Amino acid sequence: MNMTATMPTSVSVRDLRLAYGGLTVLDRLNLDIAEGEFVVLLGPSGCGKSTLLNCIAGLLDITDGQVFIKGRNVTWDEPKDRGIGMVFQSYALYPQMSVRGNLSFGLKNARLPRAEIETRIARAAKILQIEPLLDRKPAALSGGQRQRVAIGRALVRDVDVFLFDEPLSNLDAKLRSELRVEIKRLHQSLENTMVYVTHDQIEALTLADRIAVMRGGVIQQLADPKTIYNRPANLFVAGFIGSPAMTFLKGRIEAGGDIATFRAGDATVPLAGYVGEIPAPGGEAILGVRPEHVTVRPAGAGAHAARVDLDEPMGSDSLIWLTFAGQPLSARAGADHGLRHGDAVGLEFDISRASLFDPASEQRL
Amino acid sequence: MSSPSAIAGAVLADAAIESRADAGPRGARPRRAFSRRNVFLYGTLILVAVYYLLPLYVMVVTSLKGMPEIRLGNIFAPPVEITFEPWVKAWATACTGLNCDGLSRGFWNSVRITVPSVILSIAIASVNGYALANWRFRGSETFFAILIFGAFIPYQVMLYPIVILLREIGLYGTLWGLVIVHTIFGMPILTLLFRNYFTSVPEEIFRAARVDGAGFWAIYFKIMLPMALPIFVVAIILQVTGIWNDFLFGVVYTKPDTYPMTVQLNNIVNSTQGVKEYNINMAATILTGLAPLAIYFVSGKLFVRGIAAGAVKG
Repeated sequence: MNMTATMPTSVSVRDLRLAYGGLTVLDRLNLDIAEGEFVVLLGPSGCGKSTLLNCIAGLLDITDGQVFIKGRNVTWDEPKDRGIGMVFQSYALYPQMSVRGNLSFGLKNARLPRAEIETRIARAAKILQIEPLLDRKPAALSGGQRQRVAIGRALVRDVDVFLFDEPLSNLDAKLRSELRVEIKRLHQSLENTMVYVTHDQIEALTLADRIAVMRGGVIQQLADPKTIYNRPANLFVAGFIGSPAMTFLKGRIEAGGDIATFRAGDATVPLAGYVGEIPAPGGEAILGVRPEHVTVRPAGAGAHAARVDLDEPMGSDSLIWLTFAGQPLSARAGADHGLRHGDAVGLEFDISRASLFDPASEQRL
Repeated sequence: MSSPSAIAGAVLADAAIESRADAGPRGARPRRAFSRRNVFLYGTLILVAVYYLLPLYVMVVTSLKGMPEIRLGNIFAPPVEITFEPWVKAWATACTGLNCDGLSRGFWNSVRITVPSVILSIAIASVNGYALANWRFRGSETFFAILIFGAFIPYQVMLYPIVILLREIGLYGTLWGLVIVHTIFGMPILTLLFRNYFTSVPEEIFRAARVDGAGFWAIYFKIMLPMALPIFVVAIILQVTGIWNDFLFGVVYTKPDTYPMTVQLNNIVNSTQGVKEYNINMAATILTGLAPLAIYFVSGKLFVRGIAAGAVKG
């Protein structure tokens, strides 16, 4: 799974700094992306993910640091000379040109021979299945078709690195999931490096080889989706990834028999099976549990007791809000659980997939 | 499905059928042609239209009469004997100062002033607006603010300094001197017009063009210009009418030989010697106003579309 070590880097950002006057948006940011890798920059709006992408593209002048693409220092290069293709959120198609004109504009600027332009357009149109649309204007296309043309415009440039700036955000939910699959398929067949910005964690988890979760211009965690989901590096990543969100229980670590326990109020949770180091007893800690790792049992059964607050049916299953040791806790249950407000239930935690955090530093312990 | 609910459904369906036969209001509400609203609306519109068209009517009617008929004093009466002589005289033989070749000389002067001024000012201002909107440089906002401030300085303040300026560069009294003056004075409002339009073009289109390898001029000519046609029409109308109708600059910066049409019209109408030939004056005035009028008639629809043009959607 360790791609960075075995493959040459395709995009490398070193000590990148971007400041507008007194406001620093990105500060000494480092990121290495392997060849053929699909990296998603994920974070809430205003976290600097699009800014980072624009810096890689060369559309923003950086304050300090370096950008390498394919081992070449492109820090001072114009966007067109960086070997990148970019897809924008609003498609950014040239409204007065036909689809063919949109696809060929960059190639004509690069003064490619006409035959070469034709072959490249034909190839891109075939891959994206937009052949019947080539002579239409963007205004006569649907949202999904427009975004396909926008991807095609990056495709014909025959570049090593594709940059996507929230390409699916303007589409409705159904089209979004369809195009998501297409982008993944495109990556599988082209094997290009792709850097993809989104605020949608589902897109990130489904598409990425690695996800960089960002907040406030800083990469919080850079890892493959499984690690991000199961072993979040800090409270922010834990809370941002996963829907419904992870619940956090406040408490302290105590020594108990041969294994340490987590005590919250009057409840004790033995930490047997926890993956990772358990801190020394006596310290404060936050236990993060995802709803699907809490099993609801009939009252009396299970290791812990809790009370039902609220039931959120979601069709395929149900999210139950519980009160456990005086704190709110959510759990996932089958759709036909039949529980109502005030019912007493038993609980079991899957400690092997839970996370412990330090309340002060918010880091994973 | 239990049977009581099925019965309830049947009852509901029956009720629906019954309500369909009701005699109450149904469908679109009827509108009367002579409602109070319509009478007020169209009445006001007709009144205002008549108010504005009456002077034009008087002018056309008077210009088609001979002097004896005009002296009768019935200015609203249609001509008894239609004559086109005043029109011919106004165009070809009316005297202004030393020259007696009518308005024709002024007309061609005005054409020679307006065409280069319009082309030059719009060409420069559109590039200005494009650069200010898309290629922000250090101090571009300040530059823009100063330029806009220029729109608020009264022309009179600058009349004399510009006379000296033109004299020093040897263009005083020539048509090209006036062209330069019109180009400069059109700059603030036109730049504002173009900048605001180009600002409404999504930034991402500009960025996409940069990734596609287009430079400053390629983006201007191939991307922005084709998108900005409506605003070019607006600018052309503004400039043609503004420069054609200009009197102040024309009278200050040209000589009798190079007077634009408006100045010549003034000299015909305001000549104090002899009889006032109202029919010639009216014909001359209509002739002078024909150019802007033609522009409005030809491009009225485009003008409205250009004014209303806001967001450009891809």
